[in-house]
Amino acid sequence: MTNFLGEEDVAIEATLNGKPLKRRVKARRHLADFLRQDMELTGTHLGCEHGICGACTVMIDGRTARGCLTLAAQISGKSVETIEGLSESGKLSQLQSEFIARNAAQCGFCSSGMLLTAYELVASGRNMSRAEIREFISGNMCRCTGYHAIVDAVEAVIAKNAKTSAGGKA
Amino acid sequence: MSVNEASSTSIGARIPRRELKRLLSGQGRYIDDIELPRMLHACVVRSPHPHAKLVSVDIAAARCAPGVAAVFTAADINPRCEPFVGVALHRPGHRSAPQRLLVAERAVWQGQPVAVVVAESRAEAEDAAELVAIEWEPLPAVADQLQAIAPDAPIIHAELDDNVAFDFSLEKGEPAEAFADADIIIEEELRFERQMAVTLETRGLIADFNPGDGFLTVIHAHQSPFQMQEVFSRHLKIPEHKIRVTAPDVGGGFGMKLNVYSDEIATVIASMLLGRPVKFCVDRLESFVSDSQARDHRIKCRISLKKTGEITAMEMDDISAVGAYGMPLRFNVAEGMMAITLAGAPYRFENYQARTRSVYVNKNLIGMYRGVGMPLACVATELLTDLAAEKVGIDTVEFKRRNYWPKASLPCLTPGGQKLESVSFHECLEKLVRLMDYDALRKEQAQLRVRGTYRGIGIATFCEQTAYGPPYYGPSGASISTQDGCTLRLEPSGSVRCITSLTDQGQGTLTSVAQIVADSVGLSIEQVSVTGGDSAISPYGGGAWASRGTAIGGEAALRAGMMLKQNILALASAITQTPADALTIAGGEVINTRTGQAVISLADVGRIGYFRQDTLPADFDLQLSVSASFVANDKMYYMANGVQASYVEVDCETGFIKMLGQWAVDDCGRVINPLLVDEQVRGGIVQGIGAVLFEECIYSDDANLLNGTMADYLVPMASEMPDIVLDHVETPEASTRLGAKGIGEGGLIGAMGSVWVAVNDALKPLGAKIRHQPFTPERILDALVRKT
Repeated sequence: MTNFLGEEDVAIEATLNGKPLKRRVKARRHLADFLRQDMELTGTHLGCEHGICGACTVMIDGRTARGCLTLAAQISGKSVETIEGLSESGKLSQLQSEFIARNAAQCGFCSSGMLLTAYELVASGRNMSRAEIREFISGNMCRCTGYHAIVDAVEAVIAKNAKTSAGGKA
Repeated sequence: MSVNEASSTSIGARIPRRELKRLLSGQGRYIDDIELPRMLHACVVRSPHPHAKLVSVDIAAARCAPGVAAVFTAADINPRCEPFVGVALHRPGHRSAPQRLLVAERAVWQGQPVAVVVAESRAEAEDAAELVAIEWEPLPAVADQLQAIAPDAPIIHAELDDNVAFDFSLEKGEPAEAFADADIIIEEELRFERQMAVTLETRGLIADFNPGDGFLTVIHAHQSPFQMQEVFSRHLKIPEHKIRVTAPDVGGGFGMKLNVYSDEIATVIASMLLGRPVKFCVDRLESFVSDSQARDHRIKCRISLKKTGEITAMEMDDISAVGAYGMPLRFNVAEGMMAITLAGAPYRFENYQARTRSVYVNKNLIGMYRGVGMPLACVATELLTDLAAEKVGIDTVEFKRRNYWPKASLPCLTPGGQKLESVSFHECLEKLVRLMDYDALRKEQAQLRVRGTYRGIGIATFCEQTAYGPPYYGPSGASISTQDGCTLRLEPSGSVRCITSLTDQGQGTLTSVAQIVADSVGLSIEQVSVTGGDSAISPYGGGAWASRGTAIGGEAALRAGMMLKQNILALASAITQTPADALTIAGGEVINTRTGQAVISLADVGRIGYFRQDTLPADFDLQLSVSASFVANDKMYYMANGVQASYVEVDCETGFIKMLGQWAVDDCGRVINPLLVDEQVRGGIVQGIGAVLFEECIYSDDANLLNGTMADYLVPMASEMPDIVLDHVETPEASTRLGAKGIGEGGLIGAMGSVWVAVNDALKPLGAKIRHQPFTPERILDALVRKT
């Protein structure tokens, strides 16, 4: 019988989509596989498994991270949010509405990662130009759309938020 | 009744796709998300050599690895599948060696499948795959088409005695005389490197053979379930009616997921041998050596003109490296044939000669990919005519105005054999020129040149053959259906269920079909649900390829909708004792057209039609499910067209090219949903820009793939792409009631042309030119030094 590196279990304690999580995981299992296979959260997609395409983007402690380049064991003590959690909590609803209205997705395979990256951008509260938006999302490959509608959607959310916060101050 | 006469509210509206809420909430169900009971996972062991003799395979260690259910080699798999011979019967002289699923004696490309390991998990299958010990004896390999036809080249298939797969020439008029008499001749050699579709979701399927009833179910991330049903039946000897192929959510196709792959068929056989479901999803590294690839052409082309600017002749000489076999069902002649038959198509001239050759090399197979050979035709034509306009001394836009086929000359047959009927080159060009403010850009370009900033403008006109009909594929001998079908069922509550033979990989076709059904029956789109991609439940059909879904499947849906409407009205007439010709359907109610009053709701029609037939006349023929199929028996294709423009800047210090702007005006006939069409065009454009600037499968001289990761194979990301401004001209297809043509490929075709021309336009004042795609910084800097 051959023994493979990383077969041993590791205990993790973390927060997943707002709920406490206590599990044992294989040391070699990456976070995206853990979410998809162990937790049945298949909204996190795998496009390349080497950190380029961005399809597996999740939030760890409020910042985007590559699910394929993070070991599940590394999330101990951290808070992980996925497309499922952020959709259910309504945090993505503004972005989702603008994406849908503009057809800023076709096959949908990049969309989970793209939305989470866009969420990080919007949550930063910065007012970004189209070029800056393009730069910010340039770690997420979309092979179907021309990116144009995605930039439009993100721009629209930024503009709406700016209006709301300006209105709030006034 | 035409669509115009219907109570048209959906067709032409910017309706968001109905799948998107689901897909954007992480609720999509793609192939790798699906789990079946007792399912096993396959991993394929591949040849590391582009050409090598297989000396021995030792699977003993792999078979004993944790979780392994079986390890299959050629001896287990190959005898169970009739070999594939990817030869087009209607192309005399085309040939291919038979392709077997797994390597038995000799590998002929790097990545060719050798063994299939099946285990409880993909990870365990991968671990065990590493334990398969194979002894190889490497053989000389050939990567380049010109080397492959050299007299001393290694012969890839001894039974073919040389490496030429196909050699075809055509001649129209008197090209030799025209070139001899020409005032101006422009001649160029173009090179298009090999590239890939790079769908974000890789290929995959779950094969589930049930030994109890001999029934095969395949959930397949594929564009054409019916095609695969036929392939599995023919090659694995399973009766067609005992096969069901369904497509789940599919993460992009672009033609690549239309092809037939030996590792996928081997997965089905593994399921048959084990009597359990087997999932096989290639990972990204495998996709680089196993997905079909595209392009890999060298084209010599020239054009001759009178000094007045009139084109007198054109010539194309294309040679492409098509991999080691003919692609099953789709062959390896299409790119070359399209390149030479569409070259020059928008322009009026009479004399033409062309040759295309497909050559076997030790590389992966060339298969379908968006645009096929059409972008090559567009690049050659638009580069030559742009250079010709400059030589003649007239602006390139004016040159196009003068040389396009005049509207009065339509319909016409181009010297390459293209039938042009309802094309709109002039309208598209004039719209484009206004959209981009052409004169202002030219002015800005000239001003910046003085200051040492090199910007270029490129304009490209294209024809796009869309929605092929049976005259195109029928004679090829391949069982490729160019029809599509639609079943509609009035549900008892008055809503309508639509089952289409189409599939959707993100185009939004199913939403377009819902719009068409809604309008043709007289419902709101919310009252229509659409299911597609299931070979067991809908009328037979082709699925998604060649920009055909809405044009063909939409027409079938329209016809089914009209039939269902008639049947509903007949029933409503019987119930309400009102003449059927005085009734119509609007907003889910049957309306008396004379009074404008609703006479009965569809819910009541449905209730009586399904549960109270006792209240109807005894002989009343009640049909509330209808099916319609559509195919254009006599049509090769519906010809779409358009014009695009690029504005680029070349940095002469670094060789980097910046896309400053892109404009596109297309004519895809009647636009069913402009929201979907726009992003379809933009997506195609971005792939076209990627092809010209970034994308290349880099092979060593001895056919080893050097850039098999996404870090090394560059695709366009948002930051390098420009905003893309669009407009449309709508010239409906005259032969259908719907009037739609295709739109899937025009974006890519036109963008490749316009970027090629724009970059070369930027280099003109520097005396440099670039003819080798992709235009990497290195190649740009070389071009600036070379200054030919």
